[in-house]
Amino acid sequence: MTVKLLSAAKTFRLSRFNSLEFILGASLTIIICLAVLFSSQLFPGGADKIDLMARLAKPFTTAAHPLGTDPLGRDVLARVVAGGKISLFVGFTSVAGSVLFGVLMGLVAGYYRGFWDMVVMHFADLQLAMPFILLAITFIAIVGGSLTNTIILLIVSQWVQYARLVRGSVLTLREREFILSARAIGVRDWRIIFQHLLPNLIGPVIVLMTLNVANNILLESSLTFLGMGVDPTIPSWGGMLADGRTYLQIAWWVSVFPGLAILLTVLGLNLLGDWLRDSLDPTGRTSR
Amino acid sequence: MAGFLIKRLLQAIFVVIAITLVVSFAIRLTGDPAVTMFQGGGAMTEADLARIRAALGTDQPFIVQYLHFLKGLVTLDLGRSFTGGTSVSLLIGEALPATLLLAFISMAVSVVLSIPLGIKAATSKGKGADQIIRIFSLVGLSFPNFWLATMLVLLFSITLGWLPPSGMSGAASYVMPAITMGIILTATNVRLVRTSMLETLQSQYIMVARAKGLSETKVLYKHALRNCAIPLITYFGLQFGGLLGGIVVIERVFNWPGLGTLAFDAVGARDYPVLQAVITVLSLLIVGINLLVDIAYGLVDPRIRTE
Repeated sequence: MTVKLLSAAKTFRLSRFNSLEFILGASLTIIICLAVLFSSQLFPGGADKIDLMARLAKPFTTAAHPLGTDPLGRDVLARVVAGGKISLFVGFTSVAGSVLFGVLMGLVAGYYRGFWDMVVMHFADLQLAMPFILLAITFIAIVGGSLTNTIILLIVSQWVQYARLVRGSVLTLREREFILSARAIGVRDWRIIFQHLLPNLIGPVIVLMTLNVANNILLESSLTFLGMGVDPTIPSWGGMLADGRTYLQIAWWVSVFPGLAILLTVLGLNLLGDWLRDSLDPTGRTSR
Repeated sequence: MAGFLIKRLLQAIFVVIAITLVVSFAIRLTGDPAVTMFQGGGAMTEADLARIRAALGTDQPFIVQYLHFLKGLVTLDLGRSFTGGTSVSLLIGEALPATLLLAFISMAVSVVLSIPLGIKAATSKGKGADQIIRIFSLVGLSFPNFWLATMLVLLFSITLGWLPPSGMSGAASYVMPAITMGIILTATNVRLVRTSMLETLQSQYIMVARAKGLSETKVLYKHALRNCAIPLITYFGLQFGGLLGGIVVIERVFNWPGLGTLAFDAVGARDYPVLQAVITVLSLLIVGINLLVDIAYGLVDPRIRTE
């Protein structure tokens, strides 16, 4: 009896923590997305407005520049929000691209097996053996750094995860009775794949997507910081951090706030992803 | 066992050949190195270009160039850098130890941190300590490594003046780079230790060890830890690629004279012999370590061999 009560208390506490995880993760993500969506209303002056009279203003001193200004007198808060636009755009589009391609490849490989399965999976294994940074250096050395190229690089490097995840699930699902019976009554392949297989795969794919957006935002900012990602003239978090390094001695705020923005965005998404994983898979089979 | 060894070795060789082939081929696609070398050198004639191509060997068919590169890899003669003409092997020889040393120290920092923390989290599953470690791990996973490095410089070099902000000079210069990567790695490792520990603690021999009255420390660190050491070593070994990737990025923050700095300078200057060599060395390292981990695992656990 006591044991039961104790374990019930534990579960309760865990679930409360989980929902705290959700509240924190969801509110961070929503606030950041809203700020980015309404950036032009929030900062009518724009992120590139130069105010040489207010160069290197300290943060928390004036209402006009709450987070201070950079050496050209540009508002740090406005630039951080504008940088969020780039990071979120890269994060979401690159994940959308890898999901589309990866899920399709995984479905085809897992459902039809045979030749295509072999080709896709051998390619996937080979790519997994090549760490991201090597792929990134090679790719950017060849095509040059830009917003589009960064997104393409992220799609190319991440689709494999979805293909493997989906293929693995399809391999077990295709032997289940509901698929066998659908096939037996002559349902078309594409209909089995999209109407019967796909809905059963969505849970883990969404978990992976959430964590993947977070990870891609980190990768994009690293690349841009190294000068291999987004064009340095566009305000972006990685680019601001690369600039800020020069003035670290005299203006800490130029380096602190963009990094904090990355941390909070990625943390929000990671919290959401973790919470989703726990809620969709209560036994913790897939938890790291 | 011999069959398993040969199979894994062949796989590793295949991966290295595939990576070097793709990289060599892709780099040739980017344009004529002769033109790149000539940039800023004034007017050039077709005869000048032809001379440079012959000197670089880029007038040969791709497969000949690739075989030449492989031969250079074996004989440690990887040609000369386009910028400055230094021997590429010499440049690699200087940068590789700087990166590797940092990688091993970071790994050591992370092992020292993550094992006690992971064990603490596993033994207090669901309680306060576990939650705090979980939050630490989540925050650590969300930290951009290059920003953590910048913040450490801000705190320890600029504000407190305790540590040198950049360069590789003496023991003090290793502290911040190793702590940066150590913390980032620990965020992942602590979860791995916790999960393996939780599994191990459910085993019967742990119950026996406790039943015969061993102290909890002895049960945890002697019996449980030893039994999850093998999967943990595997996980840690497989992280080596990610670790090198991280180091390559933070080398920029600390002006660390390693492979990352060498690679990014080479990208900027379109110095292809150096770039090709760095990528090849990095992939050899990662594939090599993964191979060692696989073999070690196969030696210890016979079930892996038959997979």
